[in-house]
Formats: sequence, structure tokens, C-alpha cells
Amino acid sequence: MNRRRLLTTPLAALATWPAVAAGAKTDAFEGDPYKSHPWPDMRREFLGKGARVTFDARVVVQGPSFAEDPMNVPISVRVDPVLGPVRRIVVLVDRNPIRQVLSYEPAEALASIAFRFKLEQASPVRAAAQTRDGRWHVGGTWVDSAGGGCTASGATRKDGSWSRTLGEVSGRLFTPAPGETRLRLKVMHPMDTGLVSGIPAFYVNRLSVRDGNDRELARLQAFEPVSENPVFSFDFAAPPPGGVSIVGTDNNGNRIRSRLQ
Amino acid sequence: MSPRRGPAPRCRSRRPPAGLSKRATALVLGSLLLLGPTPDAAAQPAPRADVSRLDYRLQARHLGQGVHVVEGDNDDFSVANGCNIINTGFIVADEGVLVINTGPSRRYGEQLRALIARTTPRPVLQVVHLNLHPDYFLGNQAFADVPRLATAATREGIARESASYETNLYRLCGDWMKGTETLPPDRVLDVSAGRGKLAIGSRVVEWHLFRGHTASDLVLVDRSSGVAFAGGLVFHQRVPTTPHAELPAWMNSLQAFEQIGASQVVPSHGPVHSGTAGAAATLRFLRWLDESFARHAERGLEMNEVLRAPVPAEFTGWAAFRTEFVRNVAHLYPRYEAQALGTPRR
Repeated sequence: MNRRRLLTTPLAALATWPAVAAGAKTDAFEGDPYKSHPWPDMRREFLGKGARVTFDARVVVQGPSFAEDPMNVPISVRVDPVLGPVRRIVVLVDRNPIRQVLSYEPAEALASIAFRFKLEQASPVRAAAQTRDGRWHVGGTWVDSAGGGCTASGATRKDGSWSRTLGEVSGRLFTPAPGETRLRLKVMHPMDTGLVSGIPAFYVNRLSVRDGNDRELARLQAFEPVSENPVFSFDFAAPPPGGVSIVGTDNNGNRIRSRLQ
Repeated sequence: MSPRRGPAPRCRSRRPPAGLSKRATALVLGSLLLLGPTPDAAAQPAPRADVSRLDYRLQARHLGQGVHVVEGDNDDFSVANGCNIINTGFIVADEGVLVINTGPSRRYGEQLRALIARTTPRPVLQVVHLNLHPDYFLGNQAFADVPRLATAATREGIARESASYETNLYRLCGDWMKGTETLPPDRVLDVSAGRGKLAIGSRVVEWHLFRGHTASDLVLVDRSSGVAFAGGLVFHQRVPTTPHAELPAWMNSLQAFEQIGASQVVPSHGPVHSGTAGAAATLRFLRWLDESFARHAERGLEMNEVLRAPVPAEFTGWAAFRTEFVRNVAHLYPRYEAQALGTPRR
């Protein structure tokens, strides 16, 4: 038992949330349940100066209690449907040198996403979901870590194999439970953060999921902290007509294009 | 034992190790908040170590014919246990002593050496390391004057990983680790024959080479006492660690190990037990991991769902389940996932 278990204990959460509601207006942390110093600046930078923000447990962020592999920390975000349609989900990590991990516009997909990312040190991991009324609903989880995820190079960068597989895609539609449809895909890419000496930032920056008629179903902006050879999960209410394909780019202009099913 | 609560071998922590007092505070607060029984808390007796004096309070238990086990806590690395979660051992022959693994720190090595000296006047002749994991060799500084034997693969692994092991155990166990630096094994055990004999003076013990828990898993068998030191191949009432695991090879190795016919088995983690109970339990766990991960991957589950999927009660009751299973998923699930996603192509 230790600090991270303390912070992830449901009891600890119960103790924190009501206090937040009471002191939200005058609090230097702007009501942040993690009482994180970077949060007010992050809120201004990534959600907007006048952004209306609610800390909302209905934006469910799940991660492991500790990062066994800080280069690959799995995070899943699921927004409770009672919040209504979600325009965008932004994932932010307070203590990362690069704080924005991704920005997801679910459009025709469900308001959920799963991925893995590089964590530099123990930190709150947050998802801010913007509903149609413009308000941001912010959920989070705490992930403990020994550190080092963003400032070490990945395996394919180390052995040089990244150049042979760059931009290759694998993936398909799954049925996690009866009536559910999930697209899981992996894009081969080194996803260099730019924080390793002599290796500039090099990462997949845009992905678009399309149906068989080339209609866009969901759109993702990814940033440097997303893990090497990223694996993403997207959920749909029903199987997309005519299967799915994926179209995207990296920040060097390389194209990604693959028909999956 | 898995070295990592945190960094993968390629990651380097730049932070100083966690302070004792902070962690101790968290322990107290944490225990206040978690009053209910937890799956692995119920089975944990109090740590045997004395944190205030950094005394591991090591004891040698005689298993017969000069074979001794020095038992660690059946738990996960923590300040409270001084990172002593390993069973080491030594065999006293007429001419001197064979030491099996040297524990997680310089301090452990020194206390183990003192314990051996209290037990027998005979000199330590040789050290054997059963695999590359940190608590198998970080006590070596206390055995600098003794030949230290390991397979070539284990020596390579130690050379590759020791820096991150030192950093991480320092982070997890703080002052217990003071002054600990890797002193690598300095002799190669030629294992090309797959099995053979190791002499301690005129006494002979068998060695058997397996793989799957790591790339090179050594098992020692002393026929006169019927004791096998099973290293990391067998876990008993403790969730197996998997940072270097290859499940199919490990499962095959366990089946072969069951044929050795040892009457008492000393696993590196978990209680000493008779016969094949530990090997069979380890095999059940690995089969369950293999089957459930394959099934989850085919359904398209992502890692957080796998972490929260139902687990048979037998396994949740084992020591360190809460932390070790998180590591099992991180280490192994990506392989099953890649299989389910198919071949990458443009």
C-alpha cells in the first residue's frame, strides 16, 4: 500500500470531490481534484481562456495504478452518454514535458477512445470532453511512474527497424460484447518526442477513420507523447457500412492509407 | 523476481529515490483508507525485516544434508521488507559452502555471509546465480572474494539490465540499497549439455537448464536431500513475474521440471513446498494467462479492460496479485494483441 493506491482509492476520491464542489470558485486550483499546480495554465492553453470547465466523474478515464512500462501506459476514456453528443475529447498530462497527448473528434463514433502513451513521471492523466453547449467536462486518473518515458528512444528507433515498417497499418473490427463494434488498429511509427538528443520530433499527427463510402467517421489529432507503434481503439454504435479505412499523415508529411475491412 | 514497478530497462529515472519518511507516511494513510480485506493483504504476515536497523533478520532453515534455505517475504518489493522477497540458500559440504543467489542489496549480501558464518565454520567456495533478475545477484559485493558462476545468457542479461535494476530497487527500497552496485558473476557455467553436475569439493549437485521464465533458468537439484532450488521457474502462492517470459517455453519447462522428482522444492518466490505443487500451480496460472489473453485479444479488449477482467479466485489470493498482474498484462498482452490485429501492411 502506498501513495498511488491512496490516490486511486475510491474512498480518497469520495473525500475529494465534495470539497471541490464547495470551494470551486475561490480555489487557486480552480476546483481541480488533483490540486495540480500546472492545471490552471493547462486549462487556459488547451481548453481556452474563457473555457467553462466542470470536473465530472462521468468522463471516465482508466489507466493502470502504476506505469510498469512508462513508454506504453494504457489509457481509456469513456464519456457517459447522458452527457449527450461530444464534439471533442482532449487528453492532457500535467507532468509531461509535452502535455497534450491527443485530440479526438468522435463525429459518427461513440465518445470513447483507448491508446497508450509515454509518461515522463507520475501525473494526473486527464480527458476533457466538450459537449455541444461548449462546456468542458474533465475526468482523470492518477498514474504513478518511476519516470523516463518521454526522454528515451523507442525500440525501433534504437535498432533502426522503424524505416522498414513506417506507416504500415494492422487492425480490424472487433465485437468486444454482443452488439458492440470496435475498431482497433496499429500504425507502425517511431513517434519520436524530439526530447531525445539528436532525434527531432517525428510523429503521426492526423488520422481519419472512414467508412466504405469514404465518409469520415472520426478524426484524431495525435501528438508526440502517443506511444511508438500506436494502438488505438475506436467504438461505434453499429458496424460502419462497407468496412473501414484509415487515412492520415505524420508531421513530416508521410502519408498513411490503409483499408482494414 | 520482476525488477520493475516502474521503468522498462530502456528507461532511466532521473529522480532521486523515494524518501523513506514519505513512503512510510503513505503507508499509514493508505492503511487507514483501506480497512477492508484486500485479496493479497489477508495472506501477508508482518515483514520479517527491521526497518529501523536495516536488519533483514535472515534465518537459515535446515532442509537436510547441509542444505539450507534463507526465506524472504512472500510479497512485492517494499521498504517494509527491504526488497527481500527472495528465498536464497546455501549447501554446506565437507570442504566448504555453495551459495545460491545473493539477494537484493549489498546489505543483504553482507548479512547472508554473516549468517553462513554463524551456521558453519567452513569457507564459502562458490556462488551460483540461477537467472539474471536483480535479487539473484545484487548482494554480490559481499562475495567479491568468491567465484561467482552464471550461464553466458544470464551474464549478458545482467550486463544489459543491471543499471536500471540498481536505479529501480533504490527507488523502491531507499536506504536498504545504500552502497549497492553490481558486481557481476565472473565465471561461465557451460550449459551446452542441458544438464550436468557441479562440484562443491567432493560433493556434487545436479544442474538443469530450462528457459521461459527468462532466457536461461537454472535449477539445482541436491539428490542426497531431495531438495531442488527451482529459481524463477516455479512460483508458489505468489503471482509469477514475467518481464522476460516466453510462455510456451516456460510451460514446457515446467512439465519437464515435474519429472525431476524432487521431494522438496525451494522456489525463489513463495514458500518451500513438497513435490510438484508449486510447478503445477505455476503451470495453471501461465495456461490461464495464455488462454485468457488470447481470448481477450480476439474480442478486441484494450489493456485497461484486460486489467479489470475477472480473474480466478485462486490467483487473486496469491501474494502480490495487485501489482504483479498489472506487470503481466504490460509485458505480455501486446503480443496477443499484435496477433489479433494481423500483419502490418501499407
